[in-house]
Amino acid sequence: MATDDIVAAAIAPAGLPDEPLAEFAARYGLRPSAERPTIIRYLHSLWLRRHFIMAFATARNIAMYTQARLGQLWQVLTPLLNAGVYFLIFGLLLKINRGIPNYLAFLVTGVFVFNFTQRAFISTSTVITESLPLIRALRFPRAALPLAYVMIELQQMLLSMVVLAVIVLVTGEPLTWYWLLAIPALLLQTIFNVGFGLAAARLGSNVNDFSQLLPFLMRTWLYVSGVLFQIATLDIKREYVAILQVNPAAIYITLVRGAILQTQRASQPGAQPYNRQRCEAWQHLKNPTDWSAYCHSVTDPSHYWIYGIAWAVLALIIGFYFFWRAEAKYGRG
Amino acid sequence: MAADKPMVVVDDLHVVYRVFGGGGDKGTAATALLRIMGRKTRASIREVHAIRGVSFVAYRGDAVGVIGRNGSGKTTLLRAIAGLLPPEQGNVYTDGEAALLGVNAALLEDLTGERNVVLGCLAMGMTKKETKEKYQSIVDFSGVGEFVDLPMKTYSSGMGSRLRFAIAASKSQDILLVDEALATGDAEFRVKSHARIEELRKDAGTVFLVAHNLEEVELTCNRVIWMERGEIVTQGEDVIGIIDSYIQASGGAAVERDPVTGARVHSRVTAKA
Repeated sequence: MATDDIVAAAIAPAGLPDEPLAEFAARYGLRPSAERPTIIRYLHSLWLRRHFIMAFATARNIAMYTQARLGQLWQVLTPLLNAGVYFLIFGLLLKINRGIPNYLAFLVTGVFVFNFTQRAFISTSTVITESLPLIRALRFPRAALPLAYVMIELQQMLLSMVVLAVIVLVTGEPLTWYWLLAIPALLLQTIFNVGFGLAAARLGSNVNDFSQLLPFLMRTWLYVSGVLFQIATLDIKREYVAILQVNPAAIYITLVRGAILQTQRASQPGAQPYNRQRCEAWQHLKNPTDWSAYCHSVTDPSHYWIYGIAWAVLALIIGFYFFWRAEAKYGRG
Repeated sequence: MAADKPMVVVDDLHVVYRVFGGGGDKGTAATALLRIMGRKTRASIREVHAIRGVSFVAYRGDAVGVIGRNGSGKTTLLRAIAGLLPPEQGNVYTDGEAALLGVNAALLEDLTGERNVVLGCLAMGMTKKETKEKYQSIVDFSGVGEFVDLPMKTYSSGMGSRLRFAIAASKSQDILLVDEALATGDAEFRVKSHARIEELRKDAGTVFLVAHNLEEVELTCNRVIWMERGEIVTQGEDVIGIIDSYIQASGGAAVERDPVTGARVHSRVTAKA
């Protein structure tokens, strides 16, 4: 009894042990609760949450349209209407082709592919602030959230691709084995979007001004990525053309166009042996549109797949590392 | 006590929230411009020091009640223990994972109860297989019946909270953190949910309970931490003594107690699990 009283007195009044608490915790093998896991453990826990990521993406996709009477149909209608607007303006009203054969298919492909990266980027930039209640309630690798958001956009993109395929066929492009190349191209773009989205998620989590700035950055990116025109036709130095041509958005757009548009493959600069007369005719008159094939290409098209892979891997590694660094801090808001 | 295994060690913990646009000026474009011109960047960020130097140790088998007024930092403390909020200073050490009881944030009101059960289970870290196994028992426990096919926003508030509780309570945890408002719904469900929490308590190594219902704390906890303005006022195993002085400090009428057992003479808890 007497010894018990002494022990009680030693740990009273707060009931704390009389050694430093950090040492006390270490002696019993306790771990800091807000500790950032190692990269390997983090990847493992992310893998364990793969079903959650997919379920979360699907659930959000469904919830997005439950208020509309047409419901899930909007997933197809949205890209269709998008294409309709471009058809109205460029197909019926303006009748311009900017020296590009089958301009409508060229344009719509570019818009759809660019939209995938743009939407993924914009939605992931707000994912942390939007999901703060979830982050403050449950413990899970936070990278699951931007990943789920990219998956939402991927699901939308796949439906858009179906619409795109129909449009492209209607404009007279043939269905060829080349179309299969669109699959690895989109896969690479998805990987790029994940990496890019992870970085955007962290940036958007603590710099509130970032999401205000984003629409302007994205629009600039759209214009320099050859969505509306061929980058090669810009009246700027060849080095700048080269830089624009190998920027990730332009690379993925070019790869998908090359896969599904016969006219693009045939008119790509360098597709025919160089012919100065024809090249200059195309440069000045923009007609016949497929004579661009007789010009030199600024960057080597056979390298585009390598660029595509490099951008995807680079974005994923840097984005993941950058996001993981702040893992323990996202709950602070 | 000293020979017991500690499960949670909180060492001089400080938690700070940063609030954007928390005032300081009128929040107009003009004041924002003046602020930037005056190089007083980020003046609109206010810091809220929610936890100020809290230390304690909880051992295996402890059920710790956390009491205090609104805004005293009780919920923040639980979030910090769960590792959801990073400490500004000091640290929290745990043996195993600490988890809050609650999945509300993971659920989507627009979706059916069925989808939400699956989503909630996966969010809490269950595998697909575990989710399948638990599904029926969750639906049965919640008693939503055929409504499980309807969107959750069509549920009555009692029905919704019953389903949310059923999902949240379907997983046992090493360290269970329970934040108020457990016993929602009708009397029957309250008895059921008390019984379920009791089960979870037995599975868990340590339980923390934040509750304004002090009688619930008296009945379930063997230790109490009384917090005020982010600091601990008192803590210890004299549950009844601390609760009585808390009631006095908040100006409430003293509780009539049985002089021998310390139990309330007029109990308001209908059924103890």
